[in-house]
Amino acid sequence: MNEIVPVVEMTDISIGFPGVKALDGVGFRLFQGEVHALMGENGAGKSTLIKALTGVYTIDSGTITVLGETKRFAAPAESQAAGISTVYQEVNLCPNLTVEENVLLGREPRRLGAIDWKAVRTRTREVLAELHLEHVDPGSLLSSHSIAVQQLIAIARSVEVNAKVLILDEPTSSLDAGEVAQLFGVIRQLRDRGVAILFVSHFLEQVYEISDRMTVLRNGKLVGEYLTRDLSRMSLISKMIGKELEALAELDEAPARTRARSGDGIPFLETQGLGRKGSVANVDVSIHPGEVLGLAGLLGAGRTEIARLLFGADKADEGLIRIKGSEQKIRSPRAAIDQRIAFCSEDRKKEGLIGDLSVRDNLVLAMQASRGWARRIPRRTQDELVAEYIEALDIRPANPDALIRNLSGGNQQKVLLARWLVTHPELLILDEPTRGIDIGAKTQIQKLVNRLAAEGMSVLFISSELEEVLRVSDRVAVIKDRAKVAEINNDGVSVEDVMAVIAGGTQ
Amino acid sequence: MTSQQPAKPGHPLKTILAHRLAWPVIALAALLLLNQLFRPDFLALRMQDGHLYGSLIDIMRNGAPTILIALGMTLVIATRGIDLSVGAVVAIAGAGSCAYIAASPEPGSPATALTAVLIAVVAGLAVGAWNGFLVSTIGVQPIIATLVLMTAGRGIAQLITGGQIISVSNDNYKAIGAGYVFTLPVSILITAAVFALAAVLTRRTALGTLIEAVGINPVASRLAGLRSRNIVWIVYVFSAVCAAFAGLMISSNVTAADANNAGLYIEMDAILAVVIGGTSLAGGRYTLTGTVVGAFIIQTLTTTVYTLGIPPEVTLVFKALVVITVCLLQAPKARKVFARLKTNAQSAAMEPAKEKVAL
Repeated sequence: MNEIVPVVEMTDISIGFPGVKALDGVGFRLFQGEVHALMGENGAGKSTLIKALTGVYTIDSGTITVLGETKRFAAPAESQAAGISTVYQEVNLCPNLTVEENVLLGREPRRLGAIDWKAVRTRTREVLAELHLEHVDPGSLLSSHSIAVQQLIAIARSVEVNAKVLILDEPTSSLDAGEVAQLFGVIRQLRDRGVAILFVSHFLEQVYEISDRMTVLRNGKLVGEYLTRDLSRMSLISKMIGKELEALAELDEAPARTRARSGDGIPFLETQGLGRKGSVANVDVSIHPGEVLGLAGLLGAGRTEIARLLFGADKADEGLIRIKGSEQKIRSPRAAIDQRIAFCSEDRKKEGLIGDLSVRDNLVLAMQASRGWARRIPRRTQDELVAEYIEALDIRPANPDALIRNLSGGNQQKVLLARWLVTHPELLILDEPTRGIDIGAKTQIQKLVNRLAAEGMSVLFISSELEEVLRVSDRVAVIKDRAKVAEINNDGVSVEDVMAVIAGGTQ
Repeated sequence: MTSQQPAKPGHPLKTILAHRLAWPVIALAALLLLNQLFRPDFLALRMQDGHLYGSLIDIMRNGAPTILIALGMTLVIATRGIDLSVGAVVAIAGAGSCAYIAASPEPGSPATALTAVLIAVVAGLAVGAWNGFLVSTIGVQPIIATLVLMTAGRGIAQLITGGQIISVSNDNYKAIGAGYVFTLPVSILITAAVFALAAVLTRRTALGTLIEAVGINPVASRLAGLRSRNIVWIVYVFSAVCAAFAGLMISSNVTAADANNAGLYIEMDAILAVVIGGTSLAGGRYTLTGTVVGAFIIQTLTTTVYTLGIPPEVTLVFKALVVITVCLLQAPKARKVFARLKTNAQSAAMEPAKEKVAL
């Protein structure tokens, strides 16, 4: 296997956005007849790399060669003309057109200037037959098929253009096991025909099942290119999150506080088989009063999705939730708040801040919402509450009338925490509460979590930093591939142990 | 994104100009002064038969329906919505009350006038509830949801009037739009009362803050436990009731209900008043005072056209120019340009000084 020219070779690619270097000197090769997985956590630069290759972004520096020819893609159409086809997670076809219209859209065979529908049908039949999709009626509406079949039809479209390169971006995220198997069948078939396939997925097991080679990115930089069979799951994860195994082992394991013992009494919250189609499946967790349950797992594993189900931000369509032993339907955030559940979202800007309102208005918002609009919290009470929390959480500037969008990330986070603390919740769900904030604020928030739990609050703590999860949690539930795979009592557990669980699949 | 520098406490004039109402107020003052230049008695008020008279009073009285509707519109726009049906509500309210008076056995009695007012208000409540239902419960886009009644509403009004212009004669009813109390026109007093009510209702309760929260970030508001459905409902009902009062004023002023022309295009004037007043169509922070100033600007413009003797064919162009100017002055981009011009001027002034130091 020498002297083979890669179908796609990207060298020293850099792309910057204001304030961020999304890709920094990244190289990537894709060979004929291989399935190549692009791996990395959210924000590692996978999407940016794909968009560079498909012409959505123009590269700042570096070169892209396709079949030995240097290309500069200024638009997606140019990339497509070079033989690169992409199938996105959300199918980019026209649901209101028929299967055959979609497969041949823009390239319909013509006769005397008019579309030759007979030829369209014949050609579509041929392409579908190649992919063993004979059961799909070319004349049926695209929207009458499941997402899985629509995705296969999108692939059929790329087969029709004789694509040299097929990019599959998270193709399996809304498919069930059978559909994934069908998709993989098609992928293998295309690979055996010599198509180079770039596969992106958050599902580790699927990556190991389908890919021949992988490239790992981290923080916009290239970590390395590996043969899948040579790279253990364990080393893959450590490369993705950027911790060498030895370094991890050396971390001091001194627990930050005495752990609460769980298992006795009625849990504050308990779920059974909780799930939502296309999101997470079969989640069983329980949290006792005064306990911190950590959710560990790679970004995109399904941690946020679980939090959203518990808070009613998304509606669960299977399983049940028990609060203090009695079954409750949580259909909206409002309902969750009435059960004394609070949720600090990981996306501060989109899901937390009311940017143009003051610190004061933001801080009392949840409390005011529970009281209803007619019963305004008296100004004096507001002042007292705001002053109390500004001091307790060390919010700066200590000015209740400052617009919250002018505060730093850490201080915004503290105001959002305070928004929930004033409602005296019994369960506080924290999704990445320390992301993107400085180290000082980070420690303050971790200490706060300890104190709240000691006072009897239940806390669900989600973070992609395993050390942090282990430092604050009593128990750790490990989430992988959109399901809970293990639960570990946090007594002397090391980061390495947790990683082993993530790598090993079910325990 | 647009991280605004907190205004430095410096020159008092700068602080005033940084206020969100600065440009609308300046524009209004400029318009009034312009009129004063051409007609020296423009700003004068005089008493006649115990009533206040003068151009200012006329502007306020003629602008009252627009102000009322714009107040309701402000709250709707603050929730990221829009209410196009207000003009039709004006027609329905006028038609309903006039039809009732005309058909009643005692068309001149105070009780009849009172019932007529009630009919208009109930009609407003019903329309508002319908709009609120479409927007908040069904989730129809506000512009489409209210377009339904913008067009269908005039049809309803025509059904009520039977396609005729219904004239009524009831002195009590006439007082709403044309009467005087305490030397001031009743319509001005009603508008002032509604303004005070809206201000108290939104700022003494938490309604104003919650409206803004929903308008600024609906997703975060939902996650904070806001029942945005109720809030959206309230603003559409308020808007329609304001429009119903405006309809009463307009029909009472001419003592007739004209289903075709009453309140025609008033929704556009109201939206314009809101925008000129400084409330963003994107929702969020709103200012009722700004809206009132905006409505005054629109009304003063109309008066100015007569004062200056601008030929009717260029009237609309003149109006458009003023409106565009005010809107541009408020646009973030224009503000940035001003800021740049200012700093350039300053650095240009600094330049020679620097050279001296260097020498």
